[in-house]
Amino acid sequence: MTAQGRITAEFETGGGTWRFPPDRPLRLDSGATLAPLEIAYKTYGRLNEARTNAVLVCHALTGDQHLASTHPTTGKPGWWSRVVGPGLPLDPERYFIICSNVVGGCMGTTGPASINPRTGEAYGLAFPVITIADMVRAQAMLVEAVGVETLFAVVGGSMGGMQVLQWAADYPDRMFSAVCVAAAARHSAQNIAFHEVGRQAVMADPSWCGGDYLKAGVRPEKGLAVARMAAHITYLSEAALQRKFGRELQRDGLSWGFDADFQVESYLRHQGASFVDRFDANSYLYITRAMDYFDLAAAHDGVLARAFQKARGVRFCVLSFSSDWLYPTSESRDVVRALNAAGCRASFAEIESDKGHDAFLLDEPQLDATLRGFLAAQANARGLG
Amino acid sequence: MREDFREILRLVRPGARVLDVGCGEGDLLELLTREKQVDGQGLEISQEGVAAGLARGLAVVQGDGDRDLDHFPTGSFDYAILSKTLQQMREPRHVLSELLRIAHQAVVSVPNFGHWRVRWALLSRGRMPETGALPEPWWSTPNIHLCTLADFVALCDELELRIDSCASLADGRPARAIDPRGVLENWRAETALFLLSRKTHPVPDAAPVDLFGEALRSPADTPRRRARA
Repeated sequence: MTAQGRITAEFETGGGTWRFPPDRPLRLDSGATLAPLEIAYKTYGRLNEARTNAVLVCHALTGDQHLASTHPTTGKPGWWSRVVGPGLPLDPERYFIICSNVVGGCMGTTGPASINPRTGEAYGLAFPVITIADMVRAQAMLVEAVGVETLFAVVGGSMGGMQVLQWAADYPDRMFSAVCVAAAARHSAQNIAFHEVGRQAVMADPSWCGGDYLKAGVRPEKGLAVARMAAHITYLSEAALQRKFGRELQRDGLSWGFDADFQVESYLRHQGASFVDRFDANSYLYITRAMDYFDLAAAHDGVLARAFQKARGVRFCVLSFSSDWLYPTSESRDVVRALNAAGCRASFAEIESDKGHDAFLLDEPQLDATLRGFLAAQANARGLG
Repeated sequence: MREDFREILRLVRPGARVLDVGCGEGDLLELLTREKQVDGQGLEISQEGVAAGLARGLAVVQGDGDRDLDHFPTGSFDYAILSKTLQQMREPRHVLSELLRIAHQAVVSVPNFGHWRVRWALLSRGRMPETGALPEPWWSTPNIHLCTLADFVALCDELELRIDSCASLADGRPARAIDPRGVLENWRAETALFLLSRKTHPVPDAAPVDLFGEALRSPADTPRRRARA
């Protein structure tokens, strides 16, 4: 057992799959319903008697519920083990932390690889298109099911940050504070464009089989790997790539062919290849689509501040990274301005980092310090010891 | 405690909504929150300042007064505080006007370039003054829009702002209530702290009397129309 495994075992307190009965379907923005709904989740720490210390952490596009637990497929530490754990900003000794796999995901929550009760086979493209609001609605069902009326905090980065904003718009009375890291209130044309490249790569793979690859017993691994490679570039900054790889070669001399001569090529190939082991191609299509459809202002007469009108009681912390060009600081600033305009209590900081969008997952002491400070202050305000 | 903080603390009504523009690490906001239970919001340009403020439990937005005031809704605060930084703004006139759009009253302190030491330094040595209120040499000072007390009062008139009260501040000495229109004060006051409101708004209750125990409104201060420059 790794060190991570030992720590995990101590403060992981529950989880599994929550099965909602068929008469409790998830109502989707598209008008469709999803039933039965299953949500895979993990919990860390314990709910206090007053039920005031629950934190929901929302994961990003390719994240999952294994927030601080060893990942069952990769054997790697949870995606936010740096932030969640004893003595860390999200301390399970203080908070009851919930993390669930999003609807449309592929780690146990109902998604396109789940069995369609109507056919007895995997949904594939028969799975309805989902939105960020649908993901949040499902989370709200889970949170209620585990006995939490009001969350102390809803926290997330990237797509997780979008969910945080959606929570504030849809369930402001059920949350005390909100932390939105490296996100935006809408997907920009550039964001959509990159996602489209990824989706087209998946769909161009003959093994995608029109979405029915599970039936055919194959997987569009090459397409999904290319999608991941392209996306991965957007998660890094030019400076980070340069610092990490420069023009360094894999071996002495060039191959005078198309092998991975450069270290950056080899790195990207590895990113792509390891991704397909843990992710479902159709899930990738559905979740990127949900992100593309996300536009919180559009859903509120084109005025972002209106989305937060009922969230005046929520304490917000919005964070961005200086080198994040996928969800640049200007997007976070728009969110903060809308919060200000709505009269919400908001804090905002741009963290200096050259690591690009992925900085929220990496060793960024300034992020930890800011998170720690904000959460500790909110815990005091909430009367959490 | 900083003398201007002491004055601001005396001035602000308990439970008020306060915007502190250029709040630094949040010293004043924390003081106001603790002593006056205000609902505070800070605006601060440096990331270190914001992080320190957040850790203290304050709501602080990283941003700057020149650019980010426009996004606050009208009348969303009781007080907007701008301590010793108006002269560092790119557009002080706009900032001042914005403060009094966002808040019902503004607390603004400005170093007086008409102070006798400043005048003396220029007159006697012909060099840019370095004084207690303006300690830095010309080539490193962040102050790009310095003004005298008389200049500031003129700008208030132009923007149709009412001076609800004014105090002269100097290091290590207690604040002194002054009439900023007094000719002598333009020589004597090193830094002046103003409590301002819009002339179009009714006189805020409690304000000037709470501050110095007497009304400061001279006839020259009563609302009047002025031709705009």
